[in-house]
Amino acid sequence: MGFFSFLREKTVSPVREIKDRGILVFENTSEVIRAENVLKNSGLWVRVMGPPPEIRTGCDLVIEFPLIEGLEILRTLEGENIFPLKVVPVSGPLLEPVSIFFTKDFGDFLMVRAANMKITVEKATLTVVNISGGGCPDVPYLAAEMVGKRLDEAPSPRSIGHTLCGYALQLAYEEIQRKCLR
Amino acid sequence: MFAIIGTVPDEKFPLACGPAVMSGPSLIVDNQSVAVNRGTPALLAAAFAVCEFLGAPPPFAFLIGDIGTGSGSRKLYAHLEQSLPASRYSGLTFHYIQPDVDWHNRVLFAIEEMSVRPTLIADAGFMYAAKMSGQANSYDVFTPDIGELAFLADEIAPHPFYTRGFIFHEENRVPELIAMAYRYNNAARYLMVKGEQDVLADATGILETISAPMVPALEPIGGTGDILTGVVAALTGIGHEIPAACRDASKISRMAGELSNPNPGTQVMEIIRKIPESLALLYP
Repeated sequence: MGFFSFLREKTVSPVREIKDRGILVFENTSEVIRAENVLKNSGLWVRVMGPPPEIRTGCDLVIEFPLIEGLEILRTLEGENIFPLKVVPVSGPLLEPVSIFFTKDFGDFLMVRAANMKITVEKATLTVVNISGGGCPDVPYLAAEMVGKRLDEAPSPRSIGHTLCGYALQLAYEEIQRKCLR
Repeated sequence: MFAIIGTVPDEKFPLACGPAVMSGPSLIVDNQSVAVNRGTPALLAAAFAVCEFLGAPPPFAFLIGDIGTGSGSRKLYAHLEQSLPASRYSGLTFHYIQPDVDWHNRVLFAIEEMSVRPTLIADAGFMYAAKMSGQANSYDVFTPDIGELAFLADEIAPHPFYTRGFIFHEENRVPELIAMAYRYNNAARYLMVKGEQDVLADATGILETISAPMVPALEPIGGTGDILTGVVAALTGIGHEIPAACRDASKISRMAGELSNPNPGTQVMEIIRKIPESLALLYP
């Protein structure tokens, strides 16, 4: 299951309604990525969302989960030495990640933008030629690691990024892969 | 003297504070060298090119390594909190820094203790933190692109990643998004919106639209927005009025882009090299 497949799931299957939900709060976005990978690989239903206003710091994500499955989720994370800072029940709506893409065709090049992040690929070679936008410090790092490599050889932003801009770039990366590789 | 504050994508890069000068394709600050690809080094390189051409002292840089974990940014925030109150700069430009509202507010308090208030410019991560803190109107200039403008227009989103879907990021909605950003107090005194057309605005609406030369291939090139912000930082830092600085920065950036004869795979340093030529055209 792809990391961001939950975005596409909304269009092909009904969204699972959860009335009793909780969120797992972690120290940083990298921990969220690790925890989500572990939980999804264990077959548990979770999704990455924006934190409620009272615990926002500026560049953060939380993991939403059904409260009823809390014990199993915590046990699964502990097995991988992942420990959330807090487990908080929630009742209000959480912010959803951006899910709209903009594509621009430059002839020999194709650009995809998700939120504030853009990725551009040369069509003939499928080489990532540019990454632009964003404001978090991993953007220049991601660009340095990805530009000049083929789409199917470049590291994914999910695997080396740390921030919400890295997440946005992951969405653009998946979309341009979908357009170019499938 | 004006200062530029940001990060470089190298975890081992220590806190470096000092005048920023170019040496070939690299930027040197406090005896530390960094390649100019995009991000804050590109912004500094553009500002340096303007200062060198106009015979002004180079920009002062506060740089630290951070690859997104935020640890470098927090050290930088702490250093700024300590050092800014006793310092004097004509302008401060904040750039790629991990957004953190608490640290942002501590730095803003430190700025308020300075004897002379500098021109405050925010772009990238620091602009996100400024918006989320509710202190956007403490700043003189924000330089968002269209995706970031949509984020400023969304009164709820804490980061562009959460900009709600009904706020479409389309160039033809720029006037509406600018109005929304001001309505919700999420804009600086001036907004310089970077895009196919660059749009300068304030709370009264659009002041100027710059669309020539039109070079579509610039949009995908990482660092073109950093060039524009760097030129604004340099021109305001040496005393130009903000609206004129923004207008000229747009023209200089566009002309440098055109002179580099770019395609979407062009790298930003090729454009920065053309800044002196474009300055010579604008300021003959």
